[in-house]
Amino acid sequence: MTAKISYIFLFLIFFYDVASGRDIIVCKNCETVSIKDAIRQSIDGDRIIIKKDIYNENNLVIDKQIEIIGEDHPVIDLEYKYQGFLIQKDHVKITGLEIRNISVNYMEDLSAIKIDNSDHCVIENNILKDTFFAIYLAKANFCLIKNNKISGQAKTETSSGNGVHLWKCTNINLEYNEAEGHRDGFYFEFVTKGTMTGNYSHNNLRYGLHFMFSDSNVYRDNLFRENGAGVAVMYSRNIEMTDNKFEDNWGPASYGLLLKDITRSLVKGNLFYKNTTGIYMEGSDQINVENNEFNSNGWATKILGNCMDNKFTQNNYLNNTFDVSSNSSKNANFYSGNYWDKYDGYDLDKNGTGDVPYRPVSLYSMIVDKVPESIILLRSFIVELIDVTEKAMPVIIPETLIDESPEMNKIKFN
Amino acid sequence: MSYGKFKALKGIDLKIEKGQVAALMGPNGSGKSTLLKSILGLVIPESGKILISGTDIKDGYLYRNNVGYMPQIANYPENLKVRELFDIVKDIRNGFKKTDEELIEKFKIHEISEKYFGQLSGGYKQRVTASIAFLFDPEILILDEPTASLDPLSTEIIKTKILETKKKDKLIIISSHIISEMDELAGRIIYLLDGSVKLNLPVKDIKNGSGERLGKAITRVLSKSPKI
Amino acid sequence: MDKKIFKYILFDLLRNKFILIYSIILMVMSFSIIYIGHDSSKAVITILNLILFIIPLICLIFGTIHFYNSREFIQFLLTQPVNRKNIFRAEYLALSVSLSLGFLIGVGFPVMLYGLSLSGLYLIVTGISLTFIFTALAFLSSVLNKDKVKGIGLSIIIWLYLTIIFDGLVFLVIYFFNDYPIDRFIIILTSLNPIDLGRILMLLQVDVSALMGFTGATFQKFFGSILGKAVSILFMLLWIILPLFISVRIFKKTNF
Repeated sequence: MTAKISYIFLFLIFFYDVASGRDIIVCKNCETVSIKDAIRQSIDGDRIIIKKDIYNENNLVIDKQIEIIGEDHPVIDLEYKYQGFLIQKDHVKITGLEIRNISVNYMEDLSAIKIDNSDHCVIENNILKDTFFAIYLAKANFCLIKNNKISGQAKTETSSGNGVHLWKCTNINLEYNEAEGHRDGFYFEFVTKGTMTGNYSHNNLRYGLHFMFSDSNVYRDNLFRENGAGVAVMYSRNIEMTDNKFEDNWGPASYGLLLKDITRSLVKGNLFYKNTTGIYMEGSDQINVENNEFNSNGWATKILGNCMDNKFTQNNYLNNTFDVSSNSSKNANFYSGNYWDKYDGYDLDKNGTGDVPYRPVSLYSMIVDKVPESIILLRSFIVELIDVTEKAMPVIIPETLIDESPEMNKIKFN
Repeated sequence: MSYGKFKALKGIDLKIEKGQVAALMGPNGSGKSTLLKSILGLVIPESGKILISGTDIKDGYLYRNNVGYMPQIANYPENLKVRELFDIVKDIRNGFKKTDEELIEKFKIHEISEKYFGQLSGGYKQRVTASIAFLFDPEILILDEPTASLDPLSTEIIKTKILETKKKDKLIIISSHIISEMDELAGRIIYLLDGSVKLNLPVKDIKNGSGERLGKAITRVLSKSPKI
Repeated sequence: MDKKIFKYILFDLLRNKFILIYSIILMVMSFSIIYIGHDSSKAVITILNLILFIIPLICLIFGTIHFYNSREFIQFLLTQPVNRKNIFRAEYLALSVSLSLGFLIGVGFPVMLYGLSLSGLYLIVTGISLTFIFTALAFLSSVLNKDKVKGIGLSIIIWLYLTIIFDGLVFLVIYFFNDYPIDRFIIILTSLNPIDLGRILMLLQVDVSALMGFTGATFQKFFGSILGKAVSILFMLLWIILPLFISVRIFKKTNF
């Protein structure tokens, strides 16, 4: 019985394949010279192959289950008239195109490729230049966005859109894309079960990656550099952030990673390098921060008083001006087994952990938090004096903010 | 003029000719050293002028080419070699004609020339100082208690040198407490008291042919003056 | 002419045990910081903290003592046909150069050996500048006081003031007036202290991420700019020239 059904099933697939075998070629000397025409001619299962050339077309609505393939990246120049592709059908695939010059519009989120209410779509190997929004997914599920190179020319936050914009989606895979010059490089709102791997987001006006109300997402192996304010993850649960790099996010309101109202999440194996603030945590709890390296940041971590039950374990703190800063004299977070390069304790029993606890918060860092101008006294003798005195007799710094077993040597991660 | 907070010298009007040994005498604090230092430019007068061969010493420092000086006590950098000190003074007078090395020989300075001043006794230092004072055959020699820390032998050498130098038509000004020595050397006595000149006469006028010792003669002459 | 005197005073100082001990101590400290510290940029910071503290102290105290010990020699030189100004200059240069050499051997050599970074270079330049500045201040304090004890006392007060008290006052100003726009005022204020200037120039090398955190990043913008660096160097030079100028004026009129 089951075998019989299987055969029928196989046959159906075979048949389907043969039936969808039609290719429509688009080029200047071909029978079909416009993409719009090609789409109109096509039926479900067709492939539209576009030869290398420049096509001045826009508003290409795809309402059939077709595949659009560019050969050697043919250019679709929208001439700032309207948007590019609008996909309204499942299983649509767009690969190998170059789409450029999307007009800025304050009423409508115009984009190079927009997927509306459709599932299982693939957007791959495209070059999207001078875009307002580049790839826009609304109520789309199970889609793959891969290897796209996206660049915008955002000037101000209000007149710019996002590189990859996801709204109300589930199970989206973002792989190896590069986004620059937008408001946010990648934007997630009401997105669940998304995965973001190996992407590169840089030089965006606001955030390299922006999460809002998006639970249960994973992002790993991404690189975020020189974005206006770094990466922001807000109002979400179960986020897994691993093996990413956050670099060179400089400015008074700039972070490697901003966590606001995040719960039950994991921050692991990341590198935070040369950010004004490595991790800024506000109203967040039950986050495990482990095996990260904080290197050459102004503040490795700024943890506000409304954060609790976060665990910082087995991290390397190297060359940061301040390791931990807090605005409160209470602490409800847990620090243990980290390597702090400022630790000057000893290890008599040679078990690799220091015999005296380490207090990573300095009084001076709390002063700087309240009176930012006092940063000018950094590393002056008076500041050293203040810190030494406070460490000897803690009055203001949080009593419990303490690493009871600091590592003696830099931790090696596998 | 004032030195520190008090006036060390006041209303001094002196003219000393070359070709003689002038002894500057007077009790401690009478201003002897200050007067000598003023001539050398170590002390700068608040008012008044010091002329050497008709030129105001304020106008430059080159006049010190022709002035030799021997302070009471001289101290030199501990880690300087004796030879190097001679090099300094020679270098300063770049391309100076011929030097008078008589004292260097008599004091056997070459034996210690590679030693550091830190290793030398006060007497040796004073001999070095004396050698340098006479080294460039200066027109004026200013000696501040020259024999104070010298041994008798060296004292004799210095005395002989002073008298020889006088014969070369130079001016030698000595400040001293040792009256007997001055009796031997000086042709003129200048007596200072509280920063003023009380007496400025040739020795022969002071003694006035009486044959007394110099000390007595000075006391006699001073007692005649109204304020004493 | 002062070159010749300079040469011999330098000889004397280079044979001085104190200079030797100074460079050995600095070298031992630098090497131990570098080898214990693992990381070069952290080592540079620790060495910076050390030299900001030690160089002013040593230059002030040793400079003052040296000046008083040299009084009789200076007196001797003054009886030679030499310009007063030149004697003073020779003394100053010889001492600054020998202390700088001590610093170069003690700190410069280990830092260079470990691999000279830009921040290491800044460290060396800062150290030498501070040496010249505080030797000048030592001489100023010496010519202001005939009495040795008073001179050393003044030097210690200068050191305390510029290392601790000054920053304490800046701190109070910042703390109590932070509601007002005082950024520029603070920049001017800190420029008035050579130790702060040296420190801030170093911060721009090692703590730039944190400096960017301050609203508007005013300090980084100013001190990081060409203008700011030029102004800092100018002020450092003023800190050498002004004390020397005053000292020479006093020295010219001093009775020995």
